[in-house]
Amino acid sequence: MSSDVKPGAVPPAEDRSVSIALAGSGGSGVMTAGSLLLAAAAEAGFYGLMVRTSGPQIRGGEAAALIRVSPDAIETLDDAFDALVAIDWGNVHRFADEIPLAPSGVMVGDPAEGEPPDVYRARGTRYCPVTMKALAKGIAGAWPNMIALGLAGALIGLPRTALHTAAQQSLRKSQTLEANLAAIDAGFAAAIDIGSAGRLGVPRARTGARWLISGNEAAGAGAIRGGVRFVAAYPITPATEMLEWLSPALARVGGALLQAEDELASVNMIIGASYGGVPSLTATAGPGLALMTEGIGLAVAAEVPIVVVDVMRGGPSTGIPAKSEQSDLSFAVAGLHGDAPRLVLAPTSIADCLPTTQWAVELAEALQSPAIVLSDQFMGQSRAVIDGPPESAVAGKRLVADANAPDYKRYRDTDSGVSPMAVPGTPGTVYTADGLSHTEAGIPSSSARDHLLQLDKRARKLARHDYGCRWADLEGDGNAAVITFGSTTAAVREALARAAAQGVHARLVALRLLAPLRRDALAEALAGVERVLVVEQNHSGQLLRHLRAEFDLPARQSSFRRPGPLPLRPGELADAIVAWRTAP
Amino acid sequence: MSPKGRPEGESVPKRLSAKGSPVSAPACGTVAAPRTAASYKSSYKPIWCPGCGDFSVLSSVTKALAQLDLPPERVAVVSGIGCSSRIPAYTACYGFHGVHGRSLAAATGLKVARPDLTVLVTGGDGDGYSIGGNHFLHACRRNVDLTYVVMDNHVYGMTKGQPSPTTEPDWDSKLAPGGTGLRVFHPLVVALASGANFVARGFAGDPNGTARIIAEAIRHPGFSFVEVLSPCVTFRPEQRQWKGAVRPAPVDPTDDAATAARRVMSDDGFNIGILYAGDRPAYRGYPQPARATPADLEAEFEL
Repeated sequence: MSSDVKPGAVPPAEDRSVSIALAGSGGSGVMTAGSLLLAAAAEAGFYGLMVRTSGPQIRGGEAAALIRVSPDAIETLDDAFDALVAIDWGNVHRFADEIPLAPSGVMVGDPAEGEPPDVYRARGTRYCPVTMKALAKGIAGAWPNMIALGLAGALIGLPRTALHTAAQQSLRKSQTLEANLAAIDAGFAAAIDIGSAGRLGVPRARTGARWLISGNEAAGAGAIRGGVRFVAAYPITPATEMLEWLSPALARVGGALLQAEDELASVNMIIGASYGGVPSLTATAGPGLALMTEGIGLAVAAEVPIVVVDVMRGGPSTGIPAKSEQSDLSFAVAGLHGDAPRLVLAPTSIADCLPTTQWAVELAEALQSPAIVLSDQFMGQSRAVIDGPPESAVAGKRLVADANAPDYKRYRDTDSGVSPMAVPGTPGTVYTADGLSHTEAGIPSSSARDHLLQLDKRARKLARHDYGCRWADLEGDGNAAVITFGSTTAAVREALARAAAQGVHARLVALRLLAPLRRDALAEALAGVERVLVVEQNHSGQLLRHLRAEFDLPARQSSFRRPGPLPLRPGELADAIVAWRTAP
Repeated sequence: MSPKGRPEGESVPKRLSAKGSPVSAPACGTVAAPRTAASYKSSYKPIWCPGCGDFSVLSSVTKALAQLDLPPERVAVVSGIGCSSRIPAYTACYGFHGVHGRSLAAATGLKVARPDLTVLVTGGDGDGYSIGGNHFLHACRRNVDLTYVVMDNHVYGMTKGQPSPTTEPDWDSKLAPGGTGLRVFHPLVVALASGANFVARGFAGDPNGTARIIAEAIRHPGFSFVEVLSPCVTFRPEQRQWKGAVRPAPVDPTDDAATAARRVMSDDGFNIGILYAGDRPAYRGYPQPARATPADLEAEFEL
């Protein structure tokens, strides 16, 4: 396609990016090679994304690093891979669905490790054998995965110096550095006979600082920016890396992370800490969120700010722990007993995990309410090169009672619904935080008047808050709109660009604040829209159902949805968008 | 009755709580009005049945706080759900009345985030040993500086008379006709085996003795567990007989958990007093002064 592009015109994203998968048995070093390839791409001025995938084994088994490199910021995988480099074939056939090879692409394997599996051969992709292990053996101290790194770098068109720099930064303390630089060179040289895969564009001139970060780390950094200084949590895939990043990070900024005995404890621990005046957060996945719901209801009733990050994975029950799915939405927006208003937010990209988690903390604090952040495995466990997030303005903080405030009532019925929260230790404002229905003073009460007053107060404080313009990303125009949320946003955005290249246009509405739904703002965003397509990664259409429950959508509604574990790809979405827009 | 008639604290190593509020020495030549038990009581009237042991335990708690002369606003009383879990609102301290079984979790978060506060946890046998049993084990293990007072009446009172983990196996009830047939839970042994740093048994019929035990538990560093036999005269009227069964423990407290465990395993459950005062290392995860800024952390992501 790029040959058709007129000089000076910018070719579409899929023609400027290149996708490559590195695969092999666990322990073969594919993840290290993948990480270094991404770092080298960043060094060369590109943006990139690396998705990790592995078999169900805890250690060993098969592993693959799925990498896309582009001159532009990208946060979605492409439809097909231009190259696959397999250090060995072990159980790599299990990744056939996750690594669709382009027929025009190239597949590199070590002939000493056997032939490529039929599932890959069947696609007609060119096979180029390279004796990676033998090449590594010829260099004392070299590793086969560094041969693969050199190969991969050359295939996608990265400069050799960038591969060296990445290896030097990672292996600078290793005695094998020189040997592995030689291995990278040997792999690079072996690729000359193969030619290049894909057509990587030219990197743009760099402007601001760029970061290499995972969504889990970005959410952790956002939490700390927002003021979180206490975290209690229980390990769970795929949220654990966020906790492992936060543990030393919190200690350095004067906070603490506590490993709880279970999620019932973790949510109640953060409620206790926040009651003590310290902004607090926990991170979990669907099963943990389910256990936390009673505690989240307590935070609603007792008006204690907390943030719960749910890194969503395939469900229900244990589901598919290490694969992504957007299937906790219904539970997050509706899954508490009683009438329990709560905040639900979702980052729209890996980069957005930072500001959205920060915003969640600030909203929770300002509104004395629980906030659930719906990240997912795709964002959480993938690494991307992103533009360093700018300093974000503080969106709110907790309203605290003054010492000896006259006639202090913790749950006073105010216009905004927000009432000053006394911090323990403060004289003259002693109160008891209570999950029982209570009076304005916090005394347990089962009277109809008190119950209604406090239900109204808690609903009002969320409904009346000014959330500004961050409730959604709004792009494009036209009389049709695609509505989505979370990690599928990047795929939808790229699909809309592809559809636009075919003359088919639609708006993008990527919701960041899912509850309370901004009905007026959404109505404004959809003014003139006659049909909507709701895109989501789950089985039952949870976003469509949420929107229909909360909002009068245009009558013509379509749904594009598929559960995990496979990602929604921009090409299939572009086809769906074109078909939807051109339907009578 | 006081534990073994001994002057308070005499044979127990006296330690100031490392991370708790400063335990004030008796005022010397100052004119501030001394705090009394009444200084720690709220004006809110308890919902308990007449004759409930919890009235007396509430008074022991406020007496203990008066003995320690802690400013009421520097104390937080945390509870779950149940008759005895109503205590926080009856005190003049900061209170937290959370959900069933999770008081120790909430208190742990509070104490770790706010080590300057004195944190007292109160509740019953169902709340602490059944629905909250896992948190009990791990609070003992973790050894965060909390004082946990359990009012044990061997019954779920708030839901009107169902068997709890400490109910005798043959106690007849609507929910378990003829009795549960289950072995009773032994909270003191479980606490010792799990690593609690201070273990004592009190009796609601002895408010002054129980007050002294609670005061000592608050002073003692780490996780202190005080089981108080607190009769439910409504659903377990036979517990009125406890008054004649309790006695001061015939031995001094030990700092050897195995010795203490052997003793409580073999006694009849009515020995009253401080049974174990240990010296286990305290929880290490409290916040320390910041040595980096959020920007320093973020700089590490920069390419």
